[in-house]
Amino acid sequence: MSNRLVNILVPLISVILGLIVGAVVMLISGYDPVKGYMALWSGIFGDAYTMGETIRQITPYILAGLAVAFAFRTGLFNIGVEGQLIVGWFAAAYVGITFDELPKYIHLPLALIAAAAAGALWGFIPGLLKARFKVHEVIVTIMMNYVALHTSNALIKAVSDGGDNTGAIHPTASLRSEFFQNMTEFSRLHYGIFIALAMVLVMWLILEKTTRGFELKAVGLNQHASEYAGMNVNKNIILAMSISGAFAGLGGAMEALGTFEYASVKGGFTGIGFDGIAVALLGANTPLGVIFGATLFGSLKYGALNMPNAAGIPTEIVSIVIAIIIFFVASGYVIRLFIERLSKKKGAK
Amino acid sequence: MEYVIEMLDIRKEFGTFVANDNITLQLKKGEIHALLGENGAGKSTLMNVLFGLYQPEGGEIRVHGNVVSITDPNVANRLGIGMVHQHFMLVEDFTVTENIILGSEPTTVGMINTRSAAKKVQELSELYGLNVDPYAKIEDISVGMQQRVEILKTLYRGAEILIFDEPTASLTPQEITELIQIMRRLTEEGKSIILITHKLKEIMDVSDRVTVIRKGKGIGTVTTAETNPNELASLMVGRHVEFKTVKGESTPTEEVLNVTDLVVTDYRGIEKVKGLNLTVRRGEIVGIAGIDGNGQSELIEAITGLRKVKSGKVLINGVNLTGKRPRKITESGVGHIPQDRHKHGLVLDFPIGHNIALQTYYKDPITQNGFMNYATISKKANEIIEKYDVRTQGAHEPARALSGGNQQKAIIGREIDREPDLLIAALPTRGLDVGAIEFIHQRLIEQRDNGKAVLLISFELDEVMNVSDRIAVIYDGQIVDTMDSKQTNEQELGLLMAGHSKMGKEEQMKEGDNHHVE
Repeated sequence: MSNRLVNILVPLISVILGLIVGAVVMLISGYDPVKGYMALWSGIFGDAYTMGETIRQITPYILAGLAVAFAFRTGLFNIGVEGQLIVGWFAAAYVGITFDELPKYIHLPLALIAAAAAGALWGFIPGLLKARFKVHEVIVTIMMNYVALHTSNALIKAVSDGGDNTGAIHPTASLRSEFFQNMTEFSRLHYGIFIALAMVLVMWLILEKTTRGFELKAVGLNQHASEYAGMNVNKNIILAMSISGAFAGLGGAMEALGTFEYASVKGGFTGIGFDGIAVALLGANTPLGVIFGATLFGSLKYGALNMPNAAGIPTEIVSIVIAIIIFFVASGYVIRLFIERLSKKKGAK
Repeated sequence: MEYVIEMLDIRKEFGTFVANDNITLQLKKGEIHALLGENGAGKSTLMNVLFGLYQPEGGEIRVHGNVVSITDPNVANRLGIGMVHQHFMLVEDFTVTENIILGSEPTTVGMINTRSAAKKVQELSELYGLNVDPYAKIEDISVGMQQRVEILKTLYRGAEILIFDEPTASLTPQEITELIQIMRRLTEEGKSIILITHKLKEIMDVSDRVTVIRKGKGIGTVTTAETNPNELASLMVGRHVEFKTVKGESTPTEEVLNVTDLVVTDYRGIEKVKGLNLTVRRGEIVGIAGIDGNGQSELIEAITGLRKVKSGKVLINGVNLTGKRPRKITESGVGHIPQDRHKHGLVLDFPIGHNIALQTYYKDPITQNGFMNYATISKKANEIIEKYDVRTQGAHEPARALSGGNQQKAIIGREIDREPDLLIAALPTRGLDVGAIEFIHQRLIEQRDNGKAVLLISFELDEVMNVSDRIAVIYDGQIVDTMDSKQTNEQELGLLMAGHSKMGKEEQMKEGDNHHVE
């Protein structure tokens, strides 16, 4: 079987298998899978509003996925995307509420840059610790998530005089789009999707076209050979974590400047950063793959919200079904193996 | 004479590439049969067919005269075929016995019965003179011992036919001698052996017959006693091969490398280079002779900036480059063929073209305004691939997919192409076949003739003596003597390498004693 065919077949079979097993779960629990999946479908593609919301949901997933994928490609495991996203969220909201009477073409970019910088700082610290003291980035990034969550909560309280919400950002910092809102029956779809797609291009450019990307990839694949070739390994590790963090920070800005237009005290993690790991892996850590992974994640997560209402399936079962579908997509390797076995046997005969 | 294994007209294709083009190999009972061929000639493919890892497109395999179909390694095992892999497949934390029974553990009521297995291992070990302790942990025993565990593994599973894949690649000369004895013992007990190798000396030493393959084709089978290394080499390469490297007189001029009182420590902080002095001039090849572990690696890494210098000086073209970063040193005219091509020499998952650009990627014309010009890389890479005879499907092929010899040729091409004033070649021919070795030696001599300085480090005395103009013997982190390569011999070098000074034999003994008293 040709490679290309296998590459198309694997995700297809994965999704179908996931849907089947998900259906079995619904059947066993006494719910109608057909109704359930119809609800899921209309929750994703039902009308202009849901489609707008689905795309809105996909946007931060793309950026979180890029953050994880970029780190992976440079040999690093960034579990701290969640925290980087949270600090980015706060930084964007802070700039959004603080500066008054700035023109939009300054205010909005400033807020975005602040978010990216905050995320980058949150990535820089584990990068520095790894480069200088060989502290494993997984440990540091996990811990930095908690620091991010509670620090940003404290800062939100500080700027809102003890409240749990920063209040709305100035319109000059907003990503909201009247055009999109009119088109999608007033969904919260905002211009952020263009920023996310632009970042996909940026990641591709950095990795595939720039000399810096060549170094980052080389260091990720073989530090010894990179050092031999005169590259500054430590500098590249720190830079890779910072760039990864910047993508995550922008993911936070999508929520701060687009979806919610504020930052509020969080009781727990948003989950977007952690899902970013799965998004990146689903997309094989390539920029284009991340779009695919984020689309799958974003659509399922948003569309599932419709299942309890339209099909009467409890949210717990819905979560299990969605998890199973994603699980099967992620198990693509097993399916690939299976296909190869099958075609090998045929070939042998 | 009965054949235990016959591989008749075996054909194996990968897409359009024919790896085995109707090769025939017949193994007699109780013989050591060498399978000789260059890197990439198709030796491993043929053996993987025999071991059931690949299915042949044509031909048949007979075991004891019966046609068999070996669909996977388990079938091979059942037919009594065992493979001793080049890269050992052992669990470091397990004992010898635990490794041997791995995958077919004997159990009594669900518990692994290690004791009975250990007893059997002990018996086998004694029968074949392997001298292996069944309860030793793998991480505690030498590479040679680990290989014996691999041999025991196949014997424990009842192998009658043993395939040895490049068994001497990682062994010391002493261990090689012992291995040869073990192989003889195995055949005395009725086992048959296929020995995959490209080392002619071993073949002459140990084998009964040799089957030669070249570029996927079977060239023929000869009886070892009726042939000689020269004939085997030409059969393997397909042309006449020079063993003694031909080179003219050297005409050394000014100094390029000057190392004074160099002290370097290893990762534990133990001094490995202890006040070493060395010079290399333009137009000469200086060979460093010595036994592995006497400070060679640390010396090279210190010169090239990969390791910190504790004290002393490294001058290149008169410029003090002690402790500078690798790039600064590279740009000062140093080329480095590293000892470990997989660790330092290549980014294995990069295309070979990227690897060829590894030292020049950041400079014009490859980098312009921070962007890579991959078209230029391919162009340059293709030039080097052509010029240095790197056999690959193209610049885009991952370095990992190339054979060792071709990986090494790519590295050498990359380093020489920059026209360095000083070329450091560390074990440049390790694991390569005679054709590639000859090619690499010629390139080193060519550099010398072009007025460059060459520093060669090798653990093989033949290589050092053949290629170098001057030989510096390293022992315990110091150069104990430097001499003209034409005015020394293996005997003298061997003694110096073992730590004896250049005196009469009795005086050496005394000197040795004094040393201990101090």
